[in-house]
Amino acid sequence: MSKPLSIVKSRFIPVNIENIDTDQIIPARFLKATTKEGFGKNLFRDWRYENDDETKPKADFPLNQARYSGEILVAGKNFGCGSSREHAAWSILDYGFRVVVSSFFADIFKNNALNNGVLPVQVSDGFLQKIFARDAESELTVDLARQTITINASGESESFDINSYKKTCLLNGYDDIDFLLSIKPEIETFETERG
Amino acid sequence: MNDFTDNMESNKHKNSSSIPSPGAGGITLFDKIWEKHVVKTIDDGPSVLYIDKHLIHEVTSPQAFTGLNKRGIQVFRPKQVVATADHNVPTLNQHLPIKEELGRKQVEALIKNCAEHGIELYGLGHPFQGIVHVIGPELGITRPGMTIVCGDSHTSTHGAFGSIAFGIGTSEVEMVMATQCLLQSKPKLMRITVDGTLNKGVVSKDIVLYILSKISASGATGYAVEFAGSAIRSLSMEARMTICNMSIEMGGRCGLIAPDETTFNYIKGREFAPKGADWDRESASWEKLYSDADAVFDKEYHFNAEDIQPMITYGTNPGMGIGVNENIPTTETIHETDRSGLAKSLAYMGLREGTPIKGQKIDYVFIGSCTNSRIEDLRMVASFVKGKKKDDSVEVWVVPGSKQVEAQAIKEGIDKVFEEAGFQLRQPGCSACLGMNEDKIPAGKYCISTSNRNFEGRQGAGARTLLASPLTAAAAAITGKVSDIRELLQHNN
Repeated sequence: MSKPLSIVKSRFIPVNIENIDTDQIIPARFLKATTKEGFGKNLFRDWRYENDDETKPKADFPLNQARYSGEILVAGKNFGCGSSREHAAWSILDYGFRVVVSSFFADIFKNNALNNGVLPVQVSDGFLQKIFARDAESELTVDLARQTITINASGESESFDINSYKKTCLLNGYDDIDFLLSIKPEIETFETERG
Repeated sequence: MNDFTDNMESNKHKNSSSIPSPGAGGITLFDKIWEKHVVKTIDDGPSVLYIDKHLIHEVTSPQAFTGLNKRGIQVFRPKQVVATADHNVPTLNQHLPIKEELGRKQVEALIKNCAEHGIELYGLGHPFQGIVHVIGPELGITRPGMTIVCGDSHTSTHGAFGSIAFGIGTSEVEMVMATQCLLQSKPKLMRITVDGTLNKGVVSKDIVLYILSKISASGATGYAVEFAGSAIRSLSMEARMTICNMSIEMGGRCGLIAPDETTFNYIKGREFAPKGADWDRESASWEKLYSDADAVFDKEYHFNAEDIQPMITYGTNPGMGIGVNENIPTTETIHETDRSGLAKSLAYMGLREGTPIKGQKIDYVFIGSCTNSRIEDLRMVASFVKGKKKDDSVEVWVVPGSKQVEAQAIKEGIDKVFEEAGFQLRQPGCSACLGMNEDKIPAGKYCISTSNRNFEGRQGAGARTLLASPLTAAAAAITGKVSDIRELLQHNN
């Protein structure tokens, strides 16, 4: 079970960079854990700190800027490309994000996010630029049931796609694994029939 | 849970009678395999896809085992799971305990988990140990028509055998362990055809870097990519694996190549390949695995092999590649996908737009990874390097893909060639491809690498990676700078 998600109304943190790969989200040297917790502090590690030194945050990186906060990460297109490491989704969740907005997502990241109760919201390039143009106090509302994302101050809104199965899972906090375990007899029948 | 399953079980019938390829007519290779593995399909949702082989390693499996243990369940089909230790293992002194504590704990957890769940493990010291995408094929575990997954994006490698093979996250690793199935939406289908004959000094790595430079690092996102054409068909299995390996770098869900005599000959006689009557039956079924002549793809690309030069990357994603004699693009000439990132990329790389890449000084050469660490790669490098010495300013690491590759290299005397050239032949693992172990490139240093990713910090914080073929990497090892292998091959003659 992951935490159910329906409406997220929050400020956002913009990382206006394209092709953010999973090595940037969580560098490989932090993959040596055997649990899923505690990755948030290393999210975007090498963009956040000078020379890997936590006492030297890079002032120009949005995660280090006090004016930005919220449960929504907004990033440039082709977010999450590269490695299949689910640690990328874990670090985003552990940092406190529930939604990632971009104009394009890499496949494996998208699945990993959904499997951890993090909603990837794919918007048009135009709408993404509208969000980036807003100031730090602006709030967004992501409504999963209605499949809409709205810039609250202007009321500008766009709908996003998600298949109804995944939507049900997120709204209720269900996992794929619960579903697959529930159809195990059918899987066994399939195995027998294919020989 | 009952409400949940009622919601989801809206469609109980199998999907095997429908032909889901776009348009009418022929069926694609991908669809032929996919359809045979669909247990059921959820309305407006994913399909339940049966997985034939599950490969696991120490880095992306521990949390999945923890999940199973929390649920109090065992691995459902342990005989369909194969494990190895590759991602964080040292490449020197593998007979000694791993010094680095966290890495050692992951390897120990893998040993314990495999023992508890009855999974075959080719761990450190085992003659079959190696990079998971090298050992699957070389042991005959990877075969045409299969569905294969692993918690590693380069699982696409196995598609070279005409299988559906793709990388998954750890939650999905847990699903496959628990049920041997995954919930998957069928990707769109792309075919990339490369016809013609390769130029001298151009190898399969150049083909895939060339394709990437044309379609970009996100050009195949959402697609399964079939590689076809006479240039692909003429490649050995190991060369085909290099291409499918990097289909993920285009964003592809997987890459695949229809099996043929080259494929069958490669598999026959390997450790776990079917034998006798089993071979006859299985290999007969492989003959049907091709895209029908009238099959329709959602997207097609055609390239000519003659247009491909030895390639090298200059930027921080694998789509940022050029011919070794070309200039680094400018904001005006670059593929639009990478335009906004060019300045940031070049600042990281310490390179300037519009300038030649040839002649760029190199500090490290890394020959290894699931892309290019097989025996043919080592032979290719050795045949060029024989009798030469590396440039004094360069450190050269050759990391074989597996214990079997290492043994074969030693048997053929390749180790001696490397020793005389001043190359270090290390022990098998993922090594400097992702720098999880101590094999890291120092900040600011240039590494020409036969691996698959040139992302910022990939080979170590601040490391600058230039991706290239084993031949182009070997050329840089000898000259100490980015060089055109063709000029050096001429000197050889």
